[in-house]
Amino acid sequence: MGVFLIKARGLQRRFTSRGRTVDAVKGVDIDVAEGELVGFLGPNGAGKTTTLRMLTTLLTPTAGEAQVAGRDLRADPVGVRGRIGYVAQGGGTGPECKVAEEIELQGRLYGLGKADAIARGRELTEQLDLSGLDQRLTKTLSGGQRRRLDIALGLIHSPKLVFFDEPTTGLDPQSRANLWEHIRTLRSEQGVTLFLTTHYLEEADALCDRILVIDGGEIVAEGTPDALKARVSGDSVVLGVDDDVTTRAAEIVGGVEGAHELTTAPGEVRFRVPRGDTALPALLRAFDAENLTMQSMQVQRPTLDDVFLTLTGRSLRDSGSGGDADSADEAAADDGERNEVPTHAA
Amino acid sequence: MLRDTWLIFRRDATLLLRNPAWLAIGVMQPVLYLVLFGPLMERIVTSTPGFPPGSSWTILTPALIIQLALFSATTAGFSLLADLRNGVVERLRVTPASRVALLLGKVLMNGLTTVAQAIIITILAFLVFGLSAPVGGILLTLLIVAMLSVTLASASYAVALTLRNEQAFPALVNSVMMPVLLLSGILVPITTGLAPDWLYAISRINPFTHIVDAGRAGFRGDFSVDALLTGSIVLVVLMSLCVFWGARTFRRENA
Repeated sequence: MGVFLIKARGLQRRFTSRGRTVDAVKGVDIDVAEGELVGFLGPNGAGKTTTLRMLTTLLTPTAGEAQVAGRDLRADPVGVRGRIGYVAQGGGTGPECKVAEEIELQGRLYGLGKADAIARGRELTEQLDLSGLDQRLTKTLSGGQRRRLDIALGLIHSPKLVFFDEPTTGLDPQSRANLWEHIRTLRSEQGVTLFLTTHYLEEADALCDRILVIDGGEIVAEGTPDALKARVSGDSVVLGVDDDVTTRAAEIVGGVEGAHELTTAPGEVRFRVPRGDTALPALLRAFDAENLTMQSMQVQRPTLDDVFLTLTGRSLRDSGSGGDADSADEAAADDGERNEVPTHAA
Repeated sequence: MLRDTWLIFRRDATLLLRNPAWLAIGVMQPVLYLVLFGPLMERIVTSTPGFPPGSSWTILTPALIIQLALFSATTAGFSLLADLRNGVVERLRVTPASRVALLLGKVLMNGLTTVAQAIIITILAFLVFGLSAPVGGILLTLLIVAMLSVTLASASYAVALTLRNEQAFPALVNSVMMPVLLLSGILVPITTGLAPDWLYAISRINPFTHIVDAGRAGFRGDFSVDALLTGSIVLVVLMSLCVFWGARTFRRENA
């Protein structure tokens, strides 16, 4: 691979509060080459955001080192800041500010002159379908528009490397699909290297060249979405048959080459097979030869959820939604150091 | 750093001018004191021994201005808590902008706001209640108020960033500011002639008492070392400490 824009070794972060220590990130190695679109996948509380905050200079690592965009994270954080873009999970615009004001301010804080900041802002608002919103207060924008404004702010200084923290969380399906398009365009047309965190499998699958799976503060797997899925052995097939022939049907299935993890329930036969699409026609013929009727069939390609399940023994969906121990720990550990501000105004 | 400070200052100025009602609301309280409490003072001051020299208006007006600074600057942290909640702080912190500038831009705007409000109150006291005070003295008091505002706003931001809690913040500010306010003799000066010894002694320990005294000295045109020295030293020291504290908090990694 070419130039590495992120090269992290043993990055670690420990939070201490009220006598309790929590290792939110337990030493991760990350390599991201120029031009890559890499996803950081894991349930809430796995350490995604903590890692991202370290890589973007917002949090000093407890241990480990990293080169980000060609600068040393510890020795030259200001140099890193000038060369990366960061789009935070909750956005970062003042509700009473106008779109144009926020864009100009951001550009100038990155060292652009007034005219340059405005020109670059115009270019970005056009690319991100925000034209004509210049004089609107950001609180009047829709969720999708505001997220695109956040992206414009992150790109104002034309960084080569951009970090996205949960870019589509809280967006409706259309806005999400639209945002995916914009993220792809960033890479394909402007050659931006992207590193994003997500707890949506579909998102990692749809967008990323390469995925790092993080769980409990450690990277548990790494690879292209296809390579990761290949770790799960084959497609899952479910056949529906009449109750009284379930056993007979299972015997036939057992004869299929490569079939494994065979289980039955009355009227249902489940198994895995390397290629479900090619196994089925032969199976149909075998059923016909025995005069058995197949009521239904389903073939499912392995998903990243299956991958996660295989790797950790837990489903990503379950661990993501259940407010599990991990995220409670991280939240508790955050208390002392960076207490979340309650979302409701006092 | 100067450039970044100016950019942040301008952002806050734009926001304030977008909702100038906040400026007016801030002025309302001291104005009410002037109108509804001032006339009472007029009688009391003339018939009670122990008040510092000067008419009731030269005693009350500078004190109200300083009270305004105490109130508005200590609650400055509120806006920062909102910025934290909206992610604005984080967004500014990933830019190469100087962390100290992120603080200075805000506190300078707080200082200017308070001075603007103080001018309104002074003009009102002058026009309606016949306040008479030398221009030089008024300017001196305005300078004191500006510095006080910068001091307290810095402290307020530091507390807000450390506390990060929109419920706890006002409770803490109130419980600290209430005794400070009472002990600084803003409404009724705490002098040897008026207060029991123990109360007078405590009030002398309160740094803000000396700042209020200096503000009053300005309004009555007393530029003597005796009247101004303690207050100015206290103010300069407090301001240095608080700005340093604020800057350090803004620079801290998790801020």
